[in-house]
Amino acid sequence: MKTRITFAALALAAAMPLLVSGVFAADGAAPAKVPSGPHPITQEIPADPMAKEITDDHKRARNYADQPPLIPHAIRDYQIDLNINKCMTCHDRKNTEGSQAPMISVTHFQDRDGQTLGAVSPRRYFCTQCHVPQTDAQPIVGNRFRDIDSILAGGKEGAK
Amino acid sequence: MKGLLSLAGRFWRVFSRPSVHFSLGFLTLGGFLAGVMFWGGFNTALEVTNKEAFCISCHEMKNNPYEELKQTIHFTNRSGVRATCPDCHVPHDWTHKIGRKMQASKEVWGKIFGTIDTREKFLDKRLELATHEWERLKSNNSLECRNCHSAESMDITRQNPRAAKMHETYLFTGERTCIDCHKGIAHRLPDMKGVEPGWNGTVSAK
Repeated sequence: MKTRITFAALALAAAMPLLVSGVFAADGAAPAKVPSGPHPITQEIPADPMAKEITDDHKRARNYADQPPLIPHAIRDYQIDLNINKCMTCHDRKNTEGSQAPMISVTHFQDRDGQTLGAVSPRRYFCTQCHVPQTDAQPIVGNRFRDIDSILAGGKEGAK
Repeated sequence: MKGLLSLAGRFWRVFSRPSVHFSLGFLTLGGFLAGVMFWGGFNTALEVTNKEAFCISCHEMKNNPYEELKQTIHFTNRSGVRATCPDCHVPHDWTHKIGRKMQASKEVWGKIFGTIDTREKFLDKRLELATHEWERLKSNNSLECRNCHSAESMDITRQNPRAAKMHETYLFTGERTCIDCHKGIAHRLPDMKGVEPGWNGTVSAK
């Protein structure tokens, strides 16, 4: 018993410098706001508030012709699985009259061999793989993308 | 049969004659008190079975519909108002409540014989169970929805244009009722092949 306590005391003494330096590291760094990127693991960065979803039903222009159109409405709890695809209850060809929603693109009826099917192709079934709603979150990293029209017009780099 | 008839005859003779041993006051007051206790007890028991805690005391309800409900807007939302199981699944007025409670004796049967006591059995039976609820809400004009969501109080100028248009076209005209379009809002949906969305013409208009 006695030897065990002695061992424990020795181990504690040996670990002391490590423990102390750990405490200093945690104390020394002020909890500064780091907007992005890596930060010391000892720092706890308060999370930003959740961004609001943009659900104003207003179509956004696409930045390039092939861009999957964005979803301008709420899609909370929309079920997309083997049982049902909630999106297709409005955007399927035969449902668009009642819903007045835009029909899914004709490309979505083609399988990977270019064969046109009667309904949405399985590879296009999971809408939110490409189509996403937007939030009012500000981009963390800047972006110098320009669309084709502004490039053709010869605008300055960075101009939109 | 003859013995039974004579027994009934004897009972009727006792029942129809004035009491010899008990006073009128005892009988009336005693009857009144017994009535209060019976009615109070009945209603208390009824109320107990109308609590969410009672519904999810069975693992069938706790692990399946309740777990799914917890993720939806009828459970978690910005204002913290939530629907409990009986808010949607038990009619609020007395007559229909008792009718639904009598139907629910079938559910006791299902509990005893383990009709949906695994997730797989529940999923296999989900379309049938969901269809019962759709038909019930369709036939009472979505009464349980309207206990909270009334068309009079619905300000469609505060809704998104697409929601406002749909409600104007289908709800306010009485052409459709809530459940026709809003299926699967509090639980996951079964296989919906053959079940058309409410805004399609194939649904028989109410």
